[in-house]
Amino acid sequence: MIVGERKPIREILELLGDNTTVLVVGCGSCVTVCLSGGEREARELASILRIRGQSAREVTVERQCEKEFLLPLEKEIEPVQAVVSLACGIGVQAMSEMFSSHRVFPGLNTTFMGMPVEQGLWEEYCSGCGECVVHKYGGVCPVTRCAKSLFNGPCGGSQAGLCEVKPDRDCAWQLIYDRLKSQNRVEELLQVQPPKDWSFSRSGGHRKMSREDMLL
Amino acid sequence: MSWLKDVLESGAFAVTGEVGPPKSPNIQPVLKKVNQVCRHVDAVNFTDNQTAIVRMSSLAGCLLAKEAGADPVMQMVCRDRNRIALQSDLLGACALGVENVLCLSGDHQSMGNHPQSKNVFDVDSIQLLEIFKNMRDRSAFQNGEEIKSPVKVFLGAGESPYADPVAFRAMRLAKKVAAGAQFIQTQAIFDIERFEQWMFEVRGLGLHKKVFILGGVIPVKSARALRYMQEEVPGLVIPENLIHRLEKADDAKAEGVNICVETIERLKEIEGVAGVHIMAIAWESIIPEIVERAGLFPRPAKGAEHNHEDPKRT
Ligand code: SF4
Ligand code: SF4
Repeated sequence: MIVGERKPIREILELLGDNTTVLVVGCGSCVTVCLSGGEREARELASILRIRGQSAREVTVERQCEKEFLLPLEKEIEPVQAVVSLACGIGVQAMSEMFSSHRVFPGLNTTFMGMPVEQGLWEEYCSGCGECVVHKYGGVCPVTRCAKSLFNGPCGGSQAGLCEVKPDRDCAWQLIYDRLKSQNRVEELLQVQPPKDWSFSRSGGHRKMSREDMLL
Repeated sequence: MSWLKDVLESGAFAVTGEVGPPKSPNIQPVLKKVNQVCRHVDAVNFTDNQTAIVRMSSLAGCLLAKEAGADPVMQMVCRDRNRIALQSDLLGACALGVENVLCLSGDHQSMGNHPQSKNVFDVDSIQLLEIFKNMRDRSAFQNGEEIKSPVKVFLGAGESPYADPVAFRAMRLAKKVAAGAQFIQTQAIFDIERFEQWMFEVRGLGLHKKVFILGGVIPVKSARALRYMQEEVPGLVIPENLIHRLEKADDAKAEGVNICVETIERLKEIEGVAGVHIMAIAWESIIPEIVERAGLFPRPAKGAEHNHEDPKRT
């Protein structure tokens, strides 16, 4: 899922500036699951804004990243001065595109693609590199979970299974090694992995995907 | 031609030192440090923005050292440059006669003085070794295109015998050798027993016959400095008894040098260790004493073809 974190109230108020009639729009997908931008959080933010003197209302759509879910919002958006989207950056952009005469402010910082690893704890698992190779690494993504995106083994600072860069994180290479060891596949790690083709990633420029069979 | 390579191939126990370039364009500290160490080491490493702190570029330091008559080792990390820049800088180094290159992944920028920067890590250190090896041996860039004149480079890598997963460390060295490493400079050794254990595994894989291994040492000035390294520097193992020795010593600095010299004496006895790499960070002036007391002076004499001394600069 896409994980995000609500911006501090102070920042949201600063963004809103003189705009006093506000619609807070939550999203029912990823950010609902990670408890940062769903119906509950939209209701919460709207009531905080009201306490701060704004005239704020809230609404939540199933998925802000698909325009068909946004169409019904037209009437509610019409009268307000500004919109705060609690969706990920995709939702904010979809809203901005759909209601281009309105200012749409991001109420959330979109942080990463990841999953909940414990109650109340989310971790990044994928950077969308465009050419998945996790099968070579025991199902642990070195691009994302190793702070230096190393493909050929741990750096010199991995200690006690923790990453030298952020010692409260697992060293991805310890996880990779342990997983392959448990599968009796450690010798596969001896293979020198050639440089990755980053042209499929964001490095290749803005990405687009088309499916001939689905095009109208 | 790399003098370091000649020394290692001659079978002599090699000595290399390290110079951290200054945080300014001032060449004086570089020349001073090079002059302090150059008669006592066979080659001098120039770090590449070590610990992610901006400093004069390694290549500039290498050129200054070369003009002063030393054989420089250019360190290159993968943090700040992509494969385009790394290959370009190898060509540049080669053009300027800098022929020893040490390929490293690099410290993460969050540890340095520009933690807001974006990192690169387009390739890792092992991929970099392979790219450079192919530039030399196949006259080919990473994309396969031909390089029209020969690339000369003596390729090195770092290795950290103490980092985890420990069972993978010797294997990782094997990968570095397969990728092109001709010499290795290790992380600083304080726990000599664990280093011996690692060397035992290295010999088990026959790697000591394929690559020159230089054991890293750091002379420390105080118990506090050693404690700091124990707690803060990733990839180091520092036995308590060494810290106690420094605490008890009347002259901790002298005791730090004693420990360093003892470590080198032990390294000289280990089968497969081809030399020592002395990382006297901000204490380069101590290198001559260490080398002399470890019985490693005088160094092998350079032939005329290795003498690049430029009287204007020295
Ligand atoms: S290899 Fe690429 S696609 Fe696969 S998990 Fe990692 S970043 Fe995501
Ligand atoms: S400690 Fe592990 S996860 Fe962290 S940078 Fe090094 S290899 Fe990668």
